[in-house]
Amino acid sequence: MKHTLSVTVDNHPGVLTRVATLFRRRGYNIDSLTVGRTEDPAISRMTIVVDGDESILEQVTKQLHKLIEVYKILDITSEPSVDRELALFKVKSDPQVRGEIMQIVDIFRAHIVDIGRKSLVIEVTGDESKISALEDSLRAFGIIEMVRTGKVAMIRGYKG
Amino acid sequence: MRLTGTDIFIKGLKNEGVDVIFGYPGGGVLPIYDGLYASDIRHILVRHEQGAAHAADAYARVTGKVGVCLATSGPGATNLVTGIANAYMDSIPMVAFTGQVTIPLIGRDAFQEADITGITLPITKHNYLVKNIRDLPRIIKEAFFIARTNRPGPVVVDLPKDVMAQEIDFLDDEIEMSLRGYRILKSANTGQVLAAAKAIDEAARPLIYAGGGVISSEASSELTELAGKMQIPVVTTLMGLGCFPGTNPLFLGMLGMHGTGAANYAVSECDLLIAIGVRFDDRVTGNLNTFAPHARVIHIDIDAAEIGKNVGPHIPIVGDVKQVLSEVIPRLKERGGQTSWHEQLRSWKENYPLGYESREDCLMPQFVIEKIYEITEGKAIITTEVGQHQMWTAQYYKFDKPRTFVTSGGLGTMGFGLPAAVGAQVACPEATVIDIAGDGSIQMNIQEMCTAVEQKLPIIICIMNNRYLGMVRQWQELFYDRRYSFVDIEHQPDFVKLAEAYGAVGMRVAKPSEVEPALRKAMEIKDRPTMIDFRVEREANVYPMVPPGGSLNAMLGEGM
Repeated sequence: MKHTLSVTVDNHPGVLTRVATLFRRRGYNIDSLTVGRTEDPAISRMTIVVDGDESILEQVTKQLHKLIEVYKILDITSEPSVDRELALFKVKSDPQVRGEIMQIVDIFRAHIVDIGRKSLVIEVTGDESKISALEDSLRAFGIIEMVRTGKVAMIRGYKG
Repeated sequence: MRLTGTDIFIKGLKNEGVDVIFGYPGGGVLPIYDGLYASDIRHILVRHEQGAAHAADAYARVTGKVGVCLATSGPGATNLVTGIANAYMDSIPMVAFTGQVTIPLIGRDAFQEADITGITLPITKHNYLVKNIRDLPRIIKEAFFIARTNRPGPVVVDLPKDVMAQEIDFLDDEIEMSLRGYRILKSANTGQVLAAAKAIDEAARPLIYAGGGVISSEASSELTELAGKMQIPVVTTLMGLGCFPGTNPLFLGMLGMHGTGAANYAVSECDLLIAIGVRFDDRVTGNLNTFAPHARVIHIDIDAAEIGKNVGPHIPIVGDVKQVLSEVIPRLKERGGQTSWHEQLRSWKENYPLGYESREDCLMPQFVIEKIYEITEGKAIITTEVGQHQMWTAQYYKFDKPRTFVTSGGLGTMGFGLPAAVGAQVACPEATVIDIAGDGSIQMNIQEMCTAVEQKLPIIICIMNNRYLGMVRQWQELFYDRRYSFVDIEHQPDFVKLAEAYGAVGMRVAKPSEVEPALRKAMEIKDRPTMIDFRVEREANVYPMVPPGGSLNAMLGEGM
């Protein structure tokens, strides 16, 4: 099962390496990892999606806690939370299919952010399943390139 | 006050109570060595950086203080790596300082540059690269604090040469640590403590399985009290030897791959296993599916990540072992008297004693170790290398006190024993320090003979010389059809002459009757090391033995 961990860490150089090294060394699989600054410039937040059963998750969490620069780890998988991912798709687009693609883009509330003679770049934000659904819909036209940011997440309500 | 990075470094060491460091100079640490020249911190010059790390590690093991080593950048730092990994696996408090090239050169593959913080990431509790001299006082304080608190471990501090030479106005204020994510664990969850006390009160066949965590927590007296009050037998891991008196009747010996029959049968039959400061290592448990099959498990450890890592306990307790035990003990109803469990243990002890074929015509290594025990009256500090001699030492030397057995447990580092003896003897000048070695291992850090001679350390090195890499040979005999692949090391130096060449005393012993006089003579020498080449039986094996991945109650060996 996939778990989403929200990990608060020191905004120091090398923290990402420590976390990544820990996953590699203990043999845990990272599905996605995003990291960025927070409202406090001294602190960064990582959103890590890990694939594994309960015992693996427990070990991941405990081992992460041992890193000196990690403050807080929340497993937000089962918490009411908002999560978003951003993706960019470069799709083949001859003039005759352009209209059809634009309709799909509308349905998914995505945006076209670049138009070339034979291609479009589409930006979409949403949860994982929405992005996967858009990917499926665009595949018929020919996806030239795709990039996904990985998930960022936050618990709903006042609790942090 | 204008201070250089080096001044701040030396000041920091003094604030931490450091009086001795083990090191080796080089280009990257020239500013630091210039400071040490005029300092009253004792510096022990080793002959290879690995020796510095092991000596600092052993210094920490025998004193309980943080051991300190120092090496130059690049190869100096990478030579420490085995020693750092060794301290990490055995949870030993150590701070390793390394030189680094100047900050503008970092990342440019400069001469003697190595990314030591990157290299040591998975084998340190934490590490630092000091990029700003203003951070130096705080980092030194944090490094020592992290090394010695909670589950101890090594910390690396990488010191660029220009930072150490730089000068700043230093305000001698209280240095503030900045460790938001690091909390000190002491007391445990009271509910869990009560649950443990209840389980102990109710158990019919309880057993204590104690490890190195008891020693790092200084909890030997609490452990002895617990066992005595409830008449609970005790087995220990290799790292735990000495945490409970080896001569106490409740002691069953070491458990695991080369554990005693009584210890391993007790684990297999107990109904409550009280695991204290241990990590259920594979050399201890054998096959996890058949480990302690009838037991409920209480697991007490300071490191939450150890709980449930290998064995899921029924009652997990995260906390400092000493604190937890002192909370559990008063809640127990005293239990005297002998039960059928004690009767059973006694019969295992009688029926499966440790044993070896005693021979007049040749020297048995176990006999030599028994003699060392007898002549030192069990009061020596013993270091070992890694291999058969290490297991025989664990079996035949009865350690009554913590911090007297210094051995490489987790990493199994050949070449540990001699530099460890240097560190131990520096820490305890009055103690008898003996390195029980093999002829393979001793050659891995033999250069530290020079350090020992220079420092006039009366270390006694007892080489169990069977002209084989004995433990590997034993496995090849048992599991690879006696195909002795590259384990015959008859080509070796004359250890007596070698000792003499270093300026130490060398002796050779080939007969049982010569053992005692040689040891007695060695113990009289107080101003230099003695190396004794014991020419032991070539193909003696360590028994009992649980084959790797086997069940603890299926041991190989005479009468098992």
